Amino acid sequence: MSHDMSDGDGWIYSEQVREHFFSPKNVLFDESNYRADGIGSVGSPECGDMMLVWIKVDEAGERIKECKWRTFGCASAIAAASMMSVMATENGGMTLEQAQRLKPEQIVERLGGLPDRKFHCSVLGHKALREAVLDYLRGKENGK
Amino acid sequence: MQDNKRVYVDNAATTPIDERVLGVILPHLINDYGNASSLHKEGRDARRFIDKSRAEIADLIESKKDEIIFTSGGTEADSLAILGIARASKSNGSHIVTSVIEHKAILDACKRLESEGFEITYVGVDSDGLVSVDDIESALREDTILVSIMAANNEIGSLQPIAKISKAIKQSVAKNAVFHTDACQATNYLELNVDDLGIDAMTLSSSKIYGPKGVGCLYLRDGVKIQPIVFGGGQEKGIRSGTENIALIVGFAEAMKIVNEVRSIEKDRLKDLRNYLLSEIEQKIDGITVNGGMIDRLPNNLNISIKGVEGESLLLMLDQFGIAVSTGSACSSSDLNPSHVLLAINTPIELAHCSVRFSLGRFTNRDDIDYIVKSLVESVEKIRGLSVIKS
Repeated sequence: MSHDMSDGDGWIYSEQVREHFFSPKNVLFDESNYRADGIGSVGSPECGDMMLVWIKVDEAGERIKECKWRTFGCASAIAAASMMSVMATENGGMTLEQAQRLKPEQIVERLGGLPDRKFHCSVLGHKALREAVLDYLRGKENGK
Repeated sequence: MQDNKRVYVDNAATTPIDERVLGVILPHLINDYGNASSLHKEGRDARRFIDKSRAEIADLIESKKDEIIFTSGGTEADSLAILGIARASKSNGSHIVTSVIEHKAILDACKRLESEGFEITYVGVDSDGLVSVDDIESALREDTILVSIMAANNEIGSLQPIAKISKAIKQSVAKNAVFHTDACQATNYLELNVDDLGIDAMTLSSSKIYGPKGVGCLYLRDGVKIQPIVFGGGQEKGIRSGTENIALIVGFAEAMKIVNEVRSIEKDRLKDLRNYLLSEIEQKIDGITVNGGMIDRLPNNLNISIKGVEGESLLLMLDQFGIAVSTGSACSSSDLNPSHVLLAINTPIELAHCSVRFSLGRFTNRDDIDYIVKSLVESVEKIRGLSVIKS
């Protein structure tokens, strides 16, 4: 699957990546007062890529109501986190099952493509969301 | 953001062409199209211009003019030096000494030699990015045929003790080893006299000194054996075949002359600007570490790590402000590895990902520095705002 990686002025990334990098959606600037239902953490500073995701789940415990994040990483990683958070919460929000099944390729597709070597950044987004959902489900099991 | 004005501070990657150089190149491009190997007037004219440029460059480094071999740039000169000298000296030995922080042009040529049966010792550096003369001495053997140490590093600007290393080699068991230096980054700021430095071979690149891209040279001391890596018509005494590009060669020589004229002023001017940039950054942003030492360092080079701010994201943010820099982060490289130079000086890996290099130049002024600082503060705030790692 090949994409035209550059936008109008020949920027290295697509228009969507550019948009999500310069105007990222759903960033959690201050988590001190945020009561998340589930938190996922993936990557590490040593890797040069790290993502934290906080989710809120609806009353029925079925859909993702809110999805916030912070990312240490390149433009692809930031854009992937932002796009992932939009996909998780649009149209009434993903079900927990949909969120767990969200594939990196879907994030890349919505971003209009990423250079091959940046694919792992979208994997980060998919994993962090899944971790957050699993964290929520573990919490429910333990009667949180 | 400024309307379309660019602040280019990535001069270590390459430089814009100086107007004076352009002025010299254009007429040659138009008028002197002859093949210097031809016997007619067009050929003889071409030959004359090459010889004149060759003599000018030789003069500036105090070498003989036939010790200059023109190439397509620094990378080719490095490949020629490493592959050509090693292969020609194989009967005397097959051990080579170099450093871990050399440019990929040297390191990859060395890797190639390893597959040809040569043994390479890669000497480490300290946290300032300097090789120790003692370490080089310990690495030398009777079968060492070549030593290659760069005069100035492109990423952190560290300046190696070339003259001292030369003395050490000459007094060692490897006293006949050829000593080569990649001086591409050093040319703007260091006097390069081949006898003072005590070198047998040196790489120079036009693209780093406000000359045209696509041309450079290898200085090779008379008597040093070398094999070509490009074959054909036998130009450059059979060492580098190919129809010569008069305009580029003349441009290269002109760029070298200008560097020589402005060197002592530029050294001081850029050191002041670089130090001002650093002090402003340190005052206005926390979590800053400098990569490499400040004493034996190129005057125009500043390489820092900014905690929590990944290099590629910062580079793109600054680019949006009209500022061009480079980074040693893994995400910015094609092989997804962080800078080998930063790792060699023991920069913690998470800080290697947060590195940014400013290489100031001939066209950088104080207003540019102020604009860079202002943009950097904003960019860092924005990226730290959404980063996992706070300062």
